Amino acid sequence: MRNLVPVLTVVAVIFAIWYAAAIVLNAPWAHNKAERAGTELTFSELVADTWSQNKPKLPAPHQVGAELWKTTGEMVANGRGFSKRSLIYHSWITFSATGLGFVLGTALGIALAIGIVYNRTMDMSVMPWVIASQTIPILAIAPMIIVVLNAVGISGLLPKAMISMYLSFFPVVVGMVKGLRSPGPMQLDQMRTWNATPAQTFWKLRLPSSMPYLFTSLKIGMAASLVGAIVGELPTGAVAGLGARLLAGSYYGQTIQIWSALIMAATLAAVLVGLIGMIQRMVLKRMGMA
Amino acid sequence: MTSNTVISARDLSLTFETNDGPVHALKGVNLEIEKGDFVSFIGPSGCGKTTFLRCMADLEHPTGGTITVNGVSPQEARRARAYGYVFQAAGLYPWRSIGGNIRLPLEIMGYDKAEQARRVKEVLSLVDLAGFEQKFPWQLSGGMQQRASIARALAFDADLLLMDEPFGALDEIVRDHLNEQLLHLWDSTHKTICFVTHSIPEAVYLSTKIVVMSPRPGRITDVIESPLPRQRPLDIRDTPEFIEIAHRVRDGLRAGHGDEV
Repeated sequence: MRNLVPVLTVVAVIFAIWYAAAIVLNAPWAHNKAERAGTELTFSELVADTWSQNKPKLPAPHQVGAELWKTTGEMVANGRGFSKRSLIYHSWITFSATGLGFVLGTALGIALAIGIVYNRTMDMSVMPWVIASQTIPILAIAPMIIVVLNAVGISGLLPKAMISMYLSFFPVVVGMVKGLRSPGPMQLDQMRTWNATPAQTFWKLRLPSSMPYLFTSLKIGMAASLVGAIVGELPTGAVAGLGARLLAGSYYGQTIQIWSALIMAATLAAVLVGLIGMIQRMVLKRMGMA
Repeated sequence: MTSNTVISARDLSLTFETNDGPVHALKGVNLEIEKGDFVSFIGPSGCGKTTFLRCMADLEHPTGGTITVNGVSPQEARRARAYGYVFQAAGLYPWRSIGGNIRLPLEIMGYDKAEQARRVKEVLSLVDLAGFEQKFPWQLSGGMQQRASIARALAFDADLLLMDEPFGALDEIVRDHLNEQLLHLWDSTHKTICFVTHSIPEAVYLSTKIVVMSPRPGRITDVIESPLPRQRPLDIRDTPEFIEIAHRVRDGLRAGHGDEV
């Protein structure tokens, strides 16, 4: 726990800046209100007001915290943890699209990487397209994916998952191509001396060797997947999911709701990436590659 | 060529095409290796000794001449798993135990589980690593790892063992010990061994036949049949016969070097 002090220091600094910024950004509205009421604000009154407005430009951390608690812990305590007003419910909706997109993206990424490593034509032709696919802004292509899939009768989870997949397959392709090519010439020669088939070389040498690369890619892919799922919820008029909460919040100027959804998304990402990190440590330690 | 010939090279050449023009890695190499020989290839870097070994193993393809292994082409010999190859580095997989590493070629070659287990036990005791089956490579010293890699090459019981500077990265004390063990192994298993080395004492101590090579173009300058007996204690290296052979090897190496300047 020797990381605790530096981490807490950074958190404290962030909170200090956040509170100060809340005063500065919310002050005009507070002054405006006071002027209309014909009163003069002392500094402590100003601070108290800027930290407790209903629709602040920048909500103070404790307001976001209270909102988070109200939409998660408190609702669980009341036995309504999975109601449509609960952030846990919205997180679950976003997570299901993230998870499915991540699985699809990982599968697609690994499949493409195997193709690139084993097939010369694919090696020459696929990579430029893979890179080109990532230069297209996801915000531009997401509505089109939703519209096209809707037109062929696919709606709900899958279109969002497709957008997640679109973002998450890329790091997996890049990482796995490098990983599957990581065995040295000597190790490949050795397989040749045993007259191993390409399939045996893949399962016994290339795939195990690629594990450190795979896990690094999976972490990036998971984060990208979450971004994809949230972006996928924005243009669809989705009623559920963290993206829908963000959008609804911005429609109605509910900044506190936006920020609590953002914090929830960040927490979700941290948990998911942390989970992969844990599996990575366990697997690589067992494989003697940590 | 008799029925006992394991390797037969006739006018073998191999030219690499590089940007700086052709490099003659091997030129006009003739050699016969009999069953049960322990043959060392010695020479400076670039003399083609490793290339020659790789030609036997079908890891390089000669551009001229012919070479046969067990009377067939190197490719057929490789497909028949006729040889075990020991590389300079042990190259054990970190995710497999020592036993698992030795089992690897056996799995690839489709031996059944019981046979795999039997052979792993057998070769581990052959290289004096009995009891280390469950250990992982990082738990072993460099010398022990190299012994495990020799065990791996022995596991499928090929009659021919090709070794490319297997002890090059080890210190001299470990090296002496492994040389002694290797001789013992050769004597007890009656294998044919081709051994690439940089070290004159190592070549003379181990071999029944020493092939001296020289670079540019890579060729054989001398083939020395050793008069030393099969049983060789380490102190044989202080006998006059040993020193005389070492002298001849050194002269061969110097002659090979002399005509390039």
